[in-house]
Formats: sequence, structure tokens, C-alpha cells
Amino acid sequence: MGAERHAFLGDLVGYGADPVAVLELIATHASNGAVVVLGNHDAAAMGRPDDALSRNALAAVDWTRAQLGPRQLAFLASLPLTVGADDIRYVHASAAAPEQWIYISGPREAAESLEAGNASYIFSGHVHEQKLYYTGASGRPMAFRPVPGTPIPTSKQHRWLAIVGSAGQPRDGNNAACYTLFDTDRERLTFFRVPYDYGSAMRKIRAAGLPERLALRLERGT
Amino acid sequence: MEPPESGSVIDGFVLGERIHAGSMATIYRLTGSEGPLPLVMKIPRLGPGERAVNVIGFEVCRTVLGAMAQSHHHPTLVAYGDVETTPYLVMEHIEGVRLDDWLARAPVAPEEVARLGSAIALALHDLHRQDVVHLDLKPTNVLFRQSGEAVLIDFGLAHHGHFPDLLAEELRIPLGNWVYMAPEQALGVRCDPRSDIYALGGILYELATGRLPFGHPSTVGELRRRLYRDPVPPRALVPATPEWLQEIVLRCLEVDARERYASAPEVALALSSPGQVQLTERGSRRRRASLPTLARRRIRAARFEPAPCPPPSKQPHVIRVVAVAIAPQEGNEALRRALRDAAREAVAADPACRIACITVVPPAAALSGVGEENSATGRHIRRLIELRGWAKPLDLPDERVTYHVLESDKPAAALVDYVAMNDVAHLLIGAPGAGTLPWRFAGVGPQVVGSVPCTVTVVRPRAEG
Repeated sequence: MGAERHAFLGDLVGYGADPVAVLELIATHASNGAVVVLGNHDAAAMGRPDDALSRNALAAVDWTRAQLGPRQLAFLASLPLTVGADDIRYVHASAAAPEQWIYISGPREAAESLEAGNASYIFSGHVHEQKLYYTGASGRPMAFRPVPGTPIPTSKQHRWLAIVGSAGQPRDGNNAACYTLFDTDRERLTFFRVPYDYGSAMRKIRAAGLPERLALRLERGT
Repeated sequence: MEPPESGSVIDGFVLGERIHAGSMATIYRLTGSEGPLPLVMKIPRLGPGERAVNVIGFEVCRTVLGAMAQSHHHPTLVAYGDVETTPYLVMEHIEGVRLDDWLARAPVAPEEVARLGSAIALALHDLHRQDVVHLDLKPTNVLFRQSGEAVLIDFGLAHHGHFPDLLAEELRIPLGNWVYMAPEQALGVRCDPRSDIYALGGILYELATGRLPFGHPSTVGELRRRLYRDPVPPRALVPATPEWLQEIVLRCLEVDARERYASAPEVALALSSPGQVQLTERGSRRRRASLPTLARRRIRAARFEPAPCPPPSKQPHVIRVVAVAIAPQEGNEALRRALRDAAREAVAADPACRIACITVVPPAAALSGVGEENSATGRHIRRLIELRGWAKPLDLPDERVTYHVLESDKPAAALVDYVAMNDVAHLLIGAPGAGTLPWRFAGVGPQVVGSVPCTVTVVRPRAEG
């Protein structure tokens, strides 16, 4: 797709059965200049307590921690909560308080994050469904559900908070993975959905003895 | 910021005559452009003292025009400048007659109203099927090409379902032209294509009567009066207005979007086949609502909830039209039955579809008959009766089936044109060699299949025995 830089918005591990491989891959990207920020599941896998996690998630976190070696743990420990560069802020949850893992569940939360983000563009994860918050003439954010594959012209006349969607943890009934491409030259934002081999991912989750719910979700998309 | 002078050069474009200077933008003809299209440059009025909505309007125009498929129904966007440094849009210059020029002559003859209205409805459909709502349809934004096609211009207030709506805010003052604005738009709804159908209703009203349905509201309160106050029926102003036209106009102007035509091609169809318009009380209404009715409506209007916007769809057809090409009566009965079975299947697959029964007859001039029996009108009526007879066993409600007798020496071309003009989704046509086909339709199938812009099912009767 012509991407020249990559950004990984957190929750790298904690759901799937390949945490070591995933972290090795992302660490390679990071050494080549990719932006990587910490997610709440990553933090939990490092042993930081998180009351908000569900029973299934906690089981997966415990399993994940047992898999990780010192190198992977050190990589996780090196991750910042947020990165700001070139008028773009990257953060897993809300830029208003990154360590509190606040969900951007509506325009109000988006406004707080945009206020604190201090950038024309914020890219976030945490919430699994793709969404674009944008400001109009009044400066108050509004929500838009992107049409996958349709490039959205943007400009610095407005502020934009993109929830890029999750790769492999869908909640909207569509089992395709999500990613978002930002063309910085033309200021265009395109949200994508791509099918992937979720069957293998399910088999591995079951083989690892992780909760069945985590496997089923990959297929059902909810 | 003062708009640039003619003769200035912006990004290589040479500004010619200034052809429009409005509150939102200035428009120049471009000179010395070598391309296939005459071009204009639109420069928004930005900067201190100008409205913020001008910038957004510029961005909206760029986004919406840039995203739409090239078409005769709106100008093509050729180039644009950066909104922060040199905002401009370069577009095709539409040479054409302005709708304003027609309005200057209003009231216009019903046939002309229908012709112009139908052209505007087809242009609207071109937008709507791409999930675009114009939201600023008014006489100065409509032009007609030499061919009669309508062109809609100025997309600065438009809504495109695939992009964040930069204007979707709860604005104290509704954006757009209040004269033609739909009630739901006055309440801030910006995603309903039926708002454009309402505005078209206002234009039709003005063409037919020379008057505005709701005058020139100057306050939001006056604007909202249309939530309960109905317009004077056109026939009360211009008694020569036919009932069918009044029916169409008043249906477009219904307060609740669900009571209007569901889609623009339905308006086009109604306007182009007056005989098929289902007349209701609207068509014969002679005066506005009585005071007690008005009082009741006014109370109801306070609780008015705009209809939900129809979901933006990937399918371009709001109501699918299934056309059935039916050979005249002397045709093969088995084939007529097979066509009817195919139509029945189409209805079963999409219960909301409309069946258009079409036949083609030679032009009236080619007929040499004398007397009532063989007169052109007599034949026309006979064919209509045949079509009705064919459709009767389908047992469809009146509004779901229409009948069309096309006059042409070239049946294939006539069918292809009909399909294109009426946005038919699916054509059912008899197979060649399926029994003894009447001469007029023999060989039509392959020609049609080759060139018709829709799905075609070639129907063949089951072999006997």
C-alpha cells in the first residue's frame, strides 16, 4: 500500500497465541523507526495490575507473561505511553490521561483527548471499531464511521482523532482485520478492512489452552 | 481579503472575466486553457471578516466533487489549491440555460414544468445513487445543457455519505437557501436525499405558479412554519395546472420525508408519464388547510421528529425498476407466460421493485390506418390495454406497475434508451427463436443485450412435452 512508516498503537499482546513472534516482529519495525506505544494488555502482561480486564483477558495475560523472555519484557518496558511527532500524536487510549486507559467512546472523550493531544491528528487504539472524530466550525468533535477503502481528504483546518480499529479483535461482526493509512503529503486518511487467516490463529489459541472465547471471536467478529 | 483581478495568474491558470462575485466565492472564467473543457476558477472568500463556513464550504465542495464519478449532471473538478495557502477550485464551465431564465417566464406550461423537473430529478438521482445529497438546490444552482440534461452546481453545502460531514453541527441558523429548504433540513438533518426532492418540489411549484410555496422566510420561526402550514395548492393560483402536476408538486412538498417520493427517479417517472400518476386528494385540493386543522398541525409540529435518513447504500437503486419488454398481442402466448413467470420471480426476489411493462410500436406517422380503430391514439390505447392484460395476473398494486408504449422504428434502440433514461436495474426480454416471434421483436434481444446498461434476463418458454 506504499506505507513508508509504521505505527503500532498498543495491545500488541494479550489476546493471541504468538506473543513472542509478534513482539520480535514489532521490535524489528521499531528499530527501523516505527512508532510503538504501550497498550493496557501489554502493561498487564508486564505484570502491572489492571482491574478493568475481564476474566478471559486476565487468563490470557497470565499465559502471555509466562511465554515472554527477558528480551520481550525489556522491549515492552521500553515502550512509551504516547508519542508526538510532526503534528501527529500516537496514543493507545486517551491523550488526556494515557495511563488511565480511558475509552474514546464518544465526542466528549474525543474532545478531551484532542484538547490534550496538542496535534492536528491523533491516532488511537483501545476501542476496537474504526471511527473518525473530527471538528467542524465550532471546534466540537463529531463522529464518523469510515467507509473502508475510501480515502478521506483532511486538512489542518480541523482536528482529527482516528480510531484505527483492531487487527484481529473485531467487535462489529466483521472478522477482517483493521488498519489505517495516512498519506501525509496529500493529507488523506484511508481506513481498511482486510481478511486474514484467522483459522490458523484460532487453532493456535485453542492449542495453547487459551479461553475458547478468544478463538471464537476471531471467527464471529463479536 | 480582496479577490484577485482578472489577468492574475494562479498556479499557472490565467484568470479571465469575473463571472460571479458572491458572499462565499468569486468565480472567473479561465483563459488560455488548452484542455477539452472550458474552465472556471472558484476562489472562496476567506480571511478576516469572512465566515468560517466559507472555508468549510470550500473543503466540502472539493471533497464531494472530487469523489463523484464524472457525469453530465455536475461540473467536473479539474484541479484545486491548498486550503491554507491558495484555495481555489478549477472546474468545467457549464454553458447552458439557467433555470432562473425559465422562472422569469413563470407560470410555465405544465409540459415544460414536467420536462425541466424530470431533468432535474434525473440529475439528483445521479448524486443520490453516489450517497450525495445536494442540500442547496435552488434555481441559481441549476443549468440546462443544450441536450436538455440538467446540471447541478455549487456543492459547498452538500453531504457525502462516505466522508465526515464538516457542516454537521447543530447550527443556530440552518445552512442553505430557506426558500426551498426541507423541514428536516431546517431542523439540522443533513443526510436525507428526500430533502432535495422537497427542494425540487419548491422549484416545480414556482415554475408552475410563478409563486414561492412559502415566500421568503427571514427568521428561523418563519422558516419552521412549513412544518405545519401547507402551501396554497397550485391549481388555486393557476387553474390550468393539471391535477397530476399538483399531485406531484404537493407530494414532493410533504412535511414528513416518508410521505414524499422515496427517490428522485420516481419523481422523474411521474413527471414524464402524467397518465400514470396516482391521483389522491393532493391533486384535487382547492384550498389550504382550514384553521382548526392548522391548529392541530401546529401542535403536532412542535413534537415533529424528522424521519430517519435512509441508510447510505451500496446499491444505487432505491427502488429497483424491472422492465419487461413485451411484444404486441399477436405474439407467442407461451413466451408471454414465460415473461410473466420471470417477472413474478423478480417480484418475489425484491418485493419493493417496480415492474415497468414496455412495448414498442411504429411511430404514428408510419401508420396508414383510417378511423378511430386504426388511429394512432386508438392503437396506443389498445397496446396499453394489452400490457395491462399481461400484467393483471401478477396482481400487483397500482403503484408497483407502470405501462409504456414506446413509438419507434428501432425497437432495440428504443428499449436501450428507455432503460438508460429510467435507470432500469433489470430488463426481461424474450429470447429470439422462442417460437414464432412477432416481426418487431425478432432479433431485438441480442442487440439489446449487447448495449443495454443493466442486467438482462433473456427469457425462453419451457419446451413443450
